[in-house]
Amino acid sequence: MAAFMLKINGQHHQIDVDPGTPLLWAIRDGAGLTGTKYGCGVAQCGACTVYVDGQTVRSCSLPVSAVGTSEVTTIEGLNSKEGAAVQKAWVALDVPQCGYCQSGQIMSAAALLGLNPKPTDRDIDLAMNGNICRCATYVRIRAAIHGAAKSLEG
Amino acid sequence: MTMHDSALTRRSLLKAGVGLAIGVYVARSGKAISQTAAADVNIAPNTFLIIGADSTVTVLCKHIEFGQGPFTGMATLVAEELDADWSQMRADHAPSNPVLYKNLVFGVQGTGGSSAIANSFEQMRKVGAAARAMLVAAAAESWRVPATEITVEGGVIRHSSGKQGSFGEFATRAMQMPMPNEPKLKDPSTFNLIGKEGVVKRLDSMAKSNGTAEYTLDINEPDMLTVVIARSPKFGGTVASFDASAARAIAGVVDVKQVPTGVAVYAKGFWPAKTARDLLKITWDDSKAETRGTAQLLSEFRALSKTPGKVVNQQGDADGAIAKGGRLVEVEYVFPYLAHAPMEPLNAFMKWDGKTASARFGSQFPTPDHAAIAQVLGIGQDRVHLQTILAGGSFGRRAQQTTHVALELAEVAKAIGPGKPVKLVWTREDDMRGGYYRPFGIHRMRGVVRDGKIEGWTDTIVGQSIMKGSPFEAMTFKDGLDSTAHEGSSEIPYDVANFKCDLHQVDVGIPVLWWRSVGHTHTGYAVEAFVDELLEAAGQDPVEGRLALMSKKPRHAGVLRAAADLAGWKNAKLETGRARGVAVVESFSTYVAQVVELSMGEEGPIVHKVWCAVDCGVAVNPDIIRAQMEGGIGFALGHILYAEQTLDGGNPVAGNFDSYRSLRINEMPQIEVEIVKSSEKPTGVGEPGVPPLGPAVANAMAKLGLPRPRQLPIVQGASA
Repeated sequence: MAAFMLKINGQHHQIDVDPGTPLLWAIRDGAGLTGTKYGCGVAQCGACTVYVDGQTVRSCSLPVSAVGTSEVTTIEGLNSKEGAAVQKAWVALDVPQCGYCQSGQIMSAAALLGLNPKPTDRDIDLAMNGNICRCATYVRIRAAIHGAAKSLEG
Repeated sequence: MTMHDSALTRRSLLKAGVGLAIGVYVARSGKAISQTAAADVNIAPNTFLIIGADSTVTVLCKHIEFGQGPFTGMATLVAEELDADWSQMRADHAPSNPVLYKNLVFGVQGTGGSSAIANSFEQMRKVGAAARAMLVAAAAESWRVPATEITVEGGVIRHSSGKQGSFGEFATRAMQMPMPNEPKLKDPSTFNLIGKEGVVKRLDSMAKSNGTAEYTLDINEPDMLTVVIARSPKFGGTVASFDASAARAIAGVVDVKQVPTGVAVYAKGFWPAKTARDLLKITWDDSKAETRGTAQLLSEFRALSKTPGKVVNQQGDADGAIAKGGRLVEVEYVFPYLAHAPMEPLNAFMKWDGKTASARFGSQFPTPDHAAIAQVLGIGQDRVHLQTILAGGSFGRRAQQTTHVALELAEVAKAIGPGKPVKLVWTREDDMRGGYYRPFGIHRMRGVVRDGKIEGWTDTIVGQSIMKGSPFEAMTFKDGLDSTAHEGSSEIPYDVANFKCDLHQVDVGIPVLWWRSVGHTHTGYAVEAFVDELLEAAGQDPVEGRLALMSKKPRHAGVLRAAADLAGWKNAKLETGRARGVAVVESFSTYVAQVVELSMGEEGPIVHKVWCAVDCGVAVNPDIIRAQMEGGIGFALGHILYAEQTLDGGNPVAGNFDSYRSLRINEMPQIEVEIVKSSEKPTGVGEPGVPPLGPAVANAMAKLGLPRPRQLPIVQGASA
């Protein structure tokens, strides 16, 4: 066990865990932020997607000891303009079904729009194919990303 | 969590001031028999509807919400008859109560068989209509005017004199009004919400887009222990002995206990529990375990399929007609075990103080789960509170005829003793290798075409029963055979004079379960790929040929025509290398036809587009129907292309999405859905989008000159 000081969504959390503990469980069981989900534990499904210093990361596969002083952003702290546009588009199109994967989908989608404000279908496929949705809401995910991109054109 | 406003829990809502709480229990006689006083609501939540002082209307949903949309569906039915404004509506799960909240199809509380809207259509409309009548009566009394002069529209109660008021203002007074036994329901021509486009939005989208929706995995209570269990790698194996010394050395581990399903590690948090679980040294007793692998099962099943099974249904003389000769088509279709693999792996939470227990999880069958918990703890069912909460998918997996998760939850709580809240968590691998699969099976089909006509058809099925030994055996068995093993195959929609369907019902020690669309997952494929093959042999068009054989099946024909028209089936000019296939399947009294267009990629088919027509009777929530068709198509496509759980010496092989490949966004086709207009009573949409997709893909492959896949999945040995 060791104490780690994580900066999550701008707040410091002291978390006492084994250094090998994945960031996901530090976020969920340590900081008590449960919007980030566990789906596979092996970086296959993307339900655990968060940002570490702005980069999308599968938090189930990153040991907490590797995070250091980096800033972690979870769905609870997503406050970029892309994030807001994506969440609004998700609600407008009623994208979620069971909803369990959607925090991860939204984190990936908002990151995509941050890098590429006008993604094509192919860009979306490439950026989003690490996020599994077992309900297969993919048609609406794609449409919502286009919708969010359009709303950001201003 | 009350959907639509994540800041409100039901408890806080109730405390905030409840005016009207109505529990209409519509018995078979259709009589409303219970009415709850507002003051009782906190302790007797026997209600379907709560109107708050702030005019919010919360519908308590007796069906679990795991994406298929019952929160929004139930609220639509209530709001329609209540003449509420959609922005007032909220929804939450009803607690376990087998009398108040029983599914009128099952007779117990539970969700399944795409039955939520079908069995609640009248019941929830009556709840809304009764509440409306009571609000009107309260306003009439208060304003001293005749009730007949009062109108309700968009959540506003009005009198011709100009007086108006909100639901919240009259909710308390409405509680004192008599509840009408047979409230008058609207004529469908006056519906404002049911069947309307764009007025009703899902109640759960916001909470599911900002991370606040609470699932079982998210439960965190003081002193709670997370429990991860080591279970036998083979089904039927038991613990012979174990050494937990390495596991106990992990920081955060609180205890290790043997439980009936294996060895349970109790820890402060998931990671130490899982790490310690993986360090347990267990010797398993496999003397009663299933040790056959899928290769062995295939050869046993195949041999059986070449012998006559027990006849389920027949007409004419199918064997005789086939023996007469003509163009004989004989095929074998092999269907793998499939895991449901919902995004949220199985889990459950419970507190137990030695006298009473309170459980929360995504219980799809609350009534049997409730009984199971009480039985294990040795307390009365009235001492157990069970609250269903949102679940991250199911596809059938959370409806357990054996109640195995509820039993395991109660066992782990009992083993550690009272006063320690437990959250039982299955890892993805536990879930994937934990059984309860769509059964493995074979269809051996023979048919003969003479003079352009299908003269004979036989279908010999070999498979495991889902219902055997379950509480549903009596309901689903006929003459010793499980009807869910042959539904769809034993009654085909086509006019074939000489027909026979027989079944070998085989016992295998692998637990199996209904999987989104149950028997139709394989019978839909077998029937629709086979009829296409016979029509091809007869030189007929897949659409026109089917229609010509559907003289007694107007709704099948209706969706088939609609899908074909939507796709422009006739005279379609396709890009080189592309082909189209079609299939139509009725399941759960809903009719779905799909046309797919595909080409072949390096690995297998690439499905570019799917046109889908659905007839589910009165369409309550058109956009949710479309969403369920889209999702059903994607779910079906991923499995038909890639998914298979194989067993090696009895051990399930695939453990995660790297070996049990799921459909990803880059493989999702474009989809167009048409909802066929109908005034028939509403039927479900959660499952019926699944069955036609697989055979439509197979039939399109045949158009490209490839064989229709005989063994699923289409891409063998696929990994992510």
